[in-house]
Amino acid sequence: MSFKNRHVISMKDFSREEIDYVLDTAEKLEPVARGEERSRLLDGKIISLLFFEPSTRTRLSFEVAARRLGGQVLNLGSVEASSVMKGENLADTIRVISKYADLIVLRHPLDGSARMATEVASVPVINGGDGSVHHPTQTFLDLYTIRRESHLEGLKIAMAGDLKYGRTVHSLCHALSLYGAEMTFVSPPELRMPSEIVRGLRKQNICVKETDSLEEIIGDVEVLYMTRVQQERFPDPDEYEKVKNSLRITGDLLKAAGPDLKILHPLPRVNEISPEVDETSHARYFEQAFYGVPIRMALLALAMGVIE
Amino acid sequence: MNEKRNLKVQAIENGTVIDHVKAGQALNVLRILGISSAFRETISFVMNAPGARGKKDVVKIEGKELSIEELNRIALISPKATINIIRDFKVIQKNEVVLPSYVEGVVRCTNLNCISNSSEPIKSKFSVLQSEEEGVSLHCLYCDHVISEEIAENLL
Ligand SMILES: [Zn+2]
Repeated sequence: MSFKNRHVISMKDFSREEIDYVLDTAEKLEPVARGEERSRLLDGKIISLLFFEPSTRTRLSFEVAARRLGGQVLNLGSVEASSVMKGENLADTIRVISKYADLIVLRHPLDGSARMATEVASVPVINGGDGSVHHPTQTFLDLYTIRRESHLEGLKIAMAGDLKYGRTVHSLCHALSLYGAEMTFVSPPELRMPSEIVRGLRKQNICVKETDSLEEIIGDVEVLYMTRVQQERFPDPDEYEKVKNSLRITGDLLKAAGPDLKILHPLPRVNEISPEVDETSHARYFEQAFYGVPIRMALLALAMGVIE
Repeated sequence: MNEKRNLKVQAIENGTVIDHVKAGQALNVLRILGISSAFRETISFVMNAPGARGKKDVVKIEGKELSIEELNRIALISPKATINIIRDFKVIQKNEVVLPSYVEGVVRCTNLNCISNSSEPIKSKFSVLQSEEEGVSLHCLYCDHVISEEIAENLL
């Protein structure tokens, strides 16, 4: 399977076999990601990080991934402040950066910007998040975390929090459906999973349940994927206060959990996971953040064709 | 009465007659074909004409045979329309419009945050799907947004 010169834009572009291949590659690179082994796989390669909106976490993990593989990073930082591209359209910027770098990581606030970039780029483009739609490297790292910390095939997973606007859970649902997961969606009524997604999953014979209570499901799932509920989604502050407390993982709640339950969160969290949870064997969100490095190493190396 | 109605539809020497257009959509037919004030041929149309299957619009374009691909875009807003190619006052070809599987630069994406609505030098691109339950829908190839009901309102 060759990924050389392939763009990474949306999870929907990847088959289950291809996803497995990326995850396998990440696993092989994990010792390098941990700094236990050295690698020169990207020796002489230049990776351009083109971020049109701030996302320190994503940018840093790409930068670490590139450097751990011996690559050079062209960090265009906050592009809105850069005079180089003032007034230039994105298409031209991508054309120019294509001449400087061997791969472009793009983060941009407009939906579909990464797809457009692939039309003009002469090097592979990795979508580091475009608008509110796609963030495939996040989904890859979520899948990798689930595979490393639990298992993917036939997983019983609950996703909780803002399921309406949370792009990470939307593409995670799609990817997990390829592995026959059983999914439970936990959210306040205002922030339910969009009905077209639920319908789509049921059409694929995926078992889907919806509830607003974590208590109800906590003893029944193997992975609990928490997301942040943003206050600004609620017109009524009292409503937010209610939700904030009903979708919160505490030590008490975990008493009903199975011993193997793993809790994930894309971070940053606000108050949906109380700090006492961090010390339990269930907490896996800091590992999850680390797994972003081997996953991004794998995607960089595969797209540049240094691993085939 | 019947004769008069036929005259309305067929009285051109050479060109294209688009018949059975959904009532009220004639102006949108011109838009979807990209026909603006710069167009030099004669165009005439009838709106809300009584027909055997209820009211319809008819658009006649004289002196020009449009390509079938161009004409098929009409299916997006009027799936029952028919295309009559006229030569020497005779209908030499009569086709129903066929829904294209892809359209470019025809419809605006209704997602305001879509890159195709920005100042980038690109055209909107959609794949066209048809299902029994939801009818015609357009899927934006940039942002994945789906347009189903408001296609006519978003013609470029
Ligand atoms: Zn769009």
